[in-house]
Amino acid sequence: MGVKQSTVPFAGTNEQYEKLLKVIAEHKDDKGALMPIMQEAQEIYGYLPIEVQSIISNELDIPLEKIYGIATFYSQFSLSPKGKYVISICMGTACYVKGAGDIYNKFKELLNISDGECTPDGKFSFDSCRCIGACGLAPVITINDDVYGKITVDDVEGILAKYE
Amino acid sequence: MYRSHVLVCGGTGCHSSGTQKILDCLNEEVKKAGLDKEVAIVQTGCHGLCALGPIVVVYPEATFYSMVKAEDVEEIVNEHLLKGRIVTRLVYNETKTEEGITSINETDFYKKQHRIALRNCGIINPECIDEYIATNGYEALGKALTQYTPDEVIQTILDSGLRGRGGGGFPTGLKWKLARANDSDQKYVCCNADEGDPGAFMDRSVLEGDPHVVLEAMAIAGYAIGATMGYIYVRAEYPIAVDRLNIAIAQAREYGLLGNNIFGTDFCFDIELRLGAGAFVCGEETALITSIEGNRGEPRPRPPFPAQKGLFQQPTILNNVETYANIPQILLNGPEWFSSMGTEKSKGTKVFALGGKINNTGLVEIPMGTTLREVVEDIGGGIPGGKKFKAAQTGGPSGGCIPTSHYDIPIDYDNLLSIGSMMGSGGLIVMDEDNCMVDIAKFFLEFTVDESCGKCTPCRIGTKRLFEMLEKITEGKGTLEDLDKLEDLCHYIKENSLCGLGQSAPNPVLSTLQYFKDEYIAHVVDKKCPSGVCKALLSYVIEPDLCKGCTLCLRSCPNDAITGKVKEVHIIDQDKCIKCGVCKEKCRFGAISIR
Repeated sequence: MGVKQSTVPFAGTNEQYEKLLKVIAEHKDDKGALMPIMQEAQEIYGYLPIEVQSIISNELDIPLEKIYGIATFYSQFSLSPKGKYVISICMGTACYVKGAGDIYNKFKELLNISDGECTPDGKFSFDSCRCIGACGLAPVITINDDVYGKITVDDVEGILAKYE
Repeated sequence: MYRSHVLVCGGTGCHSSGTQKILDCLNEEVKKAGLDKEVAIVQTGCHGLCALGPIVVVYPEATFYSMVKAEDVEEIVNEHLLKGRIVTRLVYNETKTEEGITSINETDFYKKQHRIALRNCGIINPECIDEYIATNGYEALGKALTQYTPDEVIQTILDSGLRGRGGGGFPTGLKWKLARANDSDQKYVCCNADEGDPGAFMDRSVLEGDPHVVLEAMAIAGYAIGATMGYIYVRAEYPIAVDRLNIAIAQAREYGLLGNNIFGTDFCFDIELRLGAGAFVCGEETALITSIEGNRGEPRPRPPFPAQKGLFQQPTILNNVETYANIPQILLNGPEWFSSMGTEKSKGTKVFALGGKINNTGLVEIPMGTTLREVVEDIGGGIPGGKKFKAAQTGGPSGGCIPTSHYDIPIDYDNLLSIGSMMGSGGLIVMDEDNCMVDIAKFFLEFTVDESCGKCTPCRIGTKRLFEMLEKITEGKGTLEDLDKLEDLCHYIKENSLCGLGQSAPNPVLSTLQYFKDEYIAHVVDKKCPSGVCKALLSYVIEPDLCKGCTLCLRSCPNDAITGKVKEVHIIDQDKCIKCGVCKEKCRFGAISIR
């Protein structure tokens, strides 16, 4: 398996860098501080490219391979940037038995990208996600903060059109 | 004093369907009607009936409005709150009786429930510590600290018969006793709120609806085992729960219910949150502890058990959210009260998240020993569309299916284990005749393959091979020999995996093999999927008597698999058909069926 590195060039700003340093300084002495720092770093940059991992590694004096190991272990951490609109399709059991699989395929077909990828124009990225706990609305998807519940395959095109 | 309280459900289900908008409208309309001194508007935790959200309940009548839209708010305020006339149109159907509108507590959904862990959910404002205190909150902590020795607290929990609600069912009191017996300067109390089973949302609802109960119980646990520090490991996917926990911790510190010298005693205890980052294996206790320490969440062999060497190498207890939610009530009402409920070896109640093909999707808390039939038919309101019950799946990816033949089994830890399923954390997914059991087994295996941490070989490679075999079967390429291999491999993985994830990963396959072998055989021998789910085994067929010969399907077929002339019956060439389903979507006469 090769290194999961983003093809999009890193474009972190100085401001983001300063923010990250502040977060690291705040948590440095906490027990088990690495995960909270990585979570906040992802908040700041939107994702965790190798460049950001290196900063954390240098500041905390923790080997980069350990940080990379954690970043790739947890599904919350993303090594490539997300689209302007992040589509998450809940694949929890309740949604699955109510047809989430077909909805997933429809999105995949319409966007022409696979799981975890971003459309070339940077507009949409798309993931299947773990149960979001809104099982009463199954099948359910989210696009950024909007929640769409009880949807059918026929609704997919219309939902996407709202963001065009 | 307010004459009326309007409770708006703010659980994740209702929130997703527009609670915030309704709250805004309510505040505005109530003010407009000049009622803001008489009517209180409260955002509560989950009411349980998520399928009917957003939910608005008006007290003192306990009128239950379901599927409320922002446009309906004006009518509720002007009719119900101002003139005292219930808006019948919006009332939940089950509460409509011949004698008029009844209270929500009289409906089948709530009548058969017994709420201990969910006691405050949907009743109090979870962001207000005073409301929690007003419902006897923190009284149990006060009682423990001032009237009981730590050993007496542990004895009370032991006597109650409470077992871990996270799935395993280990006696909670015993866990505490073991941790107390280990001497150390620093011990830890952890709360497992990394609810990872797909289709389960019990813990989330407790955290969102009654966060203080967890804090109180953790402090009690801290006193009992001699710990001063607690960690709650909560899923980052539960933003509302995280927010409310943060608010609750800040309020408890402000009131001196967390921090130094609680209730004027020597006891000091504080709690910190740690956010999970999306790894199912972190629900396993040693993996969770490794993750809090800031590592990849990989489990490690036991012993040493966390009670001996846990977080940061110190004695640690780890309980699940629902387990904690029972603790204060046990201390207040006594162990006999708690052990009077349930079955011989499973005491108290259990919260289940009902989902899948069931009318009342949502959250229910039932006494142990309630039968599956009662849960599905009475509380759950049966299966939509008059379809037949086929199986219920409990325990998520670690559990198994309960078929019709065990529909009347009383639900408790040992009964479920004896029929090849498990209690699990409480997800209960109902499946009807349209669900293919081989496909369901494949679905769970896909999940475990993805979530296996990779540390031990039986789980990492074994689950992958299981998944591939299931894939082969659902594609119609399986043989009878594969079924035997499948079963052998299941037992091998169960016996040789390092942690609970691997040891239980084959359960969905084993239990479907046990109860639905005929479906597996249909896939392998007849090359058919009886439920019509597995795409590769389906064929699209045109019904001659329904086809009008409009040529629409013929023109839309991407692979030219349909032939026919105008006004003549069309035919699908099965060798050319790629089973995309476009023809079925396009046909206006419903003439295309799947066989």
